[in-house]
Amino acid sequence: MLKISNLKKFFGGVKAVNNCTFHVEKGKITALIGPNGSGKTTLFNLVFGVLKADSGKIIFDKNELRNLPIQKISNLGISRIFQQSRLFDNLTIKENMLLAFDNEDTKLFKNVFGFNKTTKEKENKIEEILKLVKMEEHKNKLAKNISYGQKRLVEIARSIIKPHKMLMLDEPVAGVTPSLRKELAKLLSKLRDEGETIFVIEHDMNFVLNIADSVVVLDEGKVIASGKPDIIKNNKRVLEAYLGD
Amino acid sequence: MIEAYLIHLLILIGIYFILAISLQVSLGFTGLLNLGHVAFYAIGAYTSALLILNGFPFWFSFLMAGVLAMIAGLILALPIRKLKGDYLALATMGFTYVVYAIIINWSELTNGPLGLPNINKPSLFGFSFASNLSFLILVVIITAITSFIVYKIVKSPFGKVLESIRDDELASQSLGKNTFKMKSFALAISAFFAGIAGSLYAHYVTYIDPTSFTIVQLIPVLAIIIIGGLASLKGTLAATVILVLIPELLRFIGLSSSIVGPARQIIYALILLLIMLYKPKGLYGKVELD
Repeated sequence: MLKISNLKKFFGGVKAVNNCTFHVEKGKITALIGPNGSGKTTLFNLVFGVLKADSGKIIFDKNELRNLPIQKISNLGISRIFQQSRLFDNLTIKENMLLAFDNEDTKLFKNVFGFNKTTKEKENKIEEILKLVKMEEHKNKLAKNISYGQKRLVEIARSIIKPHKMLMLDEPVAGVTPSLRKELAKLLSKLRDEGETIFVIEHDMNFVLNIADSVVVLDEGKVIASGKPDIIKNNKRVLEAYLGD
Repeated sequence: MIEAYLIHLLILIGIYFILAISLQVSLGFTGLLNLGHVAFYAIGAYTSALLILNGFPFWFSFLMAGVLAMIAGLILALPIRKLKGDYLALATMGFTYVVYAIIINWSELTNGPLGLPNINKPSLFGFSFASNLSFLILVVIITAITSFIVYKIVKSPFGKVLESIRDDELASQSLGKNTFKMKSFALAISAFFAGIAGSLYAHYVTYIDPTSFTIVQLIPVLAIIIIGGLASLKGTLAATVILVLIPELLRFIGLSSSIVGPARQIIYALILLLIMLYKPKGLYGKVELD
C-alpha cells in the first residue's frame, strides 16, 4: 500500500530521517516506534506532504507522493490524525464529521443555492461512526467543550468517516486514560479485521505489541529494525535504543 | 431637518454594515487578517464613479464596482497565499497603500488628490435616487440582498469549510480541502461587497478623493467587527448601529470641529479597550480574539 525508499530529510546538520526504506502492507496494522526525537513524526509529515523530503521515494497505491500538496495526498486516500488534537474547536462534533465526508462543500454556487444538503444517509453514517467511539451523545457540542480524550476519539471517528485507503494515526492514545486505550486498541483491531490499512506511531509498547502486525523501529532517523512484534521486542538494537547501553 | 439627519445616519449605517459584513467573510469566518479591505472599497468607489462620469448607466457602474474589486481580491490572494497572522496583515495593509498610491498618482484617470466631483446620483429603470430618502431605500435594498447572500454563504457547508480554515488550516487541508482556493473565494466575496459599498458611498457623497480611502478608514470597520464579535452577523449589525451613532453624540455637546475627529478615534479606542477587557468575544461573537 505504502512504499518508502531511501527517504531523507535533514534540518541543517540534524539527520531527522536518514535513508529510510520500509513498506506498509494492505489490510495490516504497521506501527512506527522509536525513542523521542527518532524521526517518527517527521517521517509521517514527509508522507503526508507537511514537509518536503530531500530525496527518496514515497509511493502510495502507485502514486508518488513527494512534492504533492497535503490536500491532494489526502484525496488520494490517506486519512491522518496528528499528534496534537486538530479538531475545529468552534464547530460542533457533527460539523467536524460532515467536513470529512467529501469536497462537495467547497463548491460555492452548489452550496449557496442549497444543492448540497446533509442527507439522511450522511446523518446515519455519522451516528454509526460516533457510536463506534461512544461519542454519539455529544454530536451537537462544540469541539472546544469536550475533554482531550473525547477529542482523540472524535478525531479517530473523523479520520474513519473520511474516504480513505489508509489511516495514519500519530500517537492516537497519548494522553488518554488506560480504559480508553483498551477501547481504542479493540477498535483498531476491529478496523484491521474489516480490511483497513493502519499506519500508527505510538510510544506505548504494550499497545503497539498487542495490536500491530508489523513494527518498524526508528532511531536517529534510521530504520534499525522491522518485522513482527514478537521478534522486535527481543531485538538487541531496539532494546539498546529504548533503554540505552 | 432632524428627519434629513436621521436619513443620513441610516445611509451611513447601511454602507458601514455592508463594509463590515463583507469583512466578516474574510476575517471573521475565514480568519484572514485582511487589512486590505479599504483598498477594495476604494476600487469600488472609483470604478463606479469613473464609469458613471463616462456615461455608463448606474446598474453597470455599480456591478462593475463589485466585479473589479473582486478581481483585485483574487489577484491579492495569489501573493498572500502562504502568509498568516501578522505577515498577512502587513501584506494586505501594503495593498491598501499601493491602491492609495495609484489613486493619488494616476491623475489622468483619478484626478489625483483633487478627487472626482459631480458623481451622478443613481437612477435605475428611469427612477432617480436623487433624494436622500430614495437613496436610503436603495441602500436598504442592497444591504438586505448583501446580508441574505452572506448569510446563505456562511451558514452553508461552504461556510463551514471557511470556518475550518480559520480554526486550523492544516487540519482542513488534511481533510482534502483546497484551502488556497477557499481563501481566494473568501477574499473575492469580501472584496466584491466592499466594492459595492464603495459604489454606494461614491454615489451618495457625489465627490470622492484619496483621503476617504486611507488605512485610517479601516479603524471603524475593524472596530465594528471586534465589538460585534468575530463571525457574528447579528453582532455586526448591532456594532454598526452603535459605532455610527455614538460618535454623533459629539455633535450635540458643542465641541469644535477640530476636536470631533480625534474624539471619535478616542471613543473607538475606548470601546475597543472595554470590549477586550470585559467581553473578549465581542457582543455576539463565538470566536475569541487571538
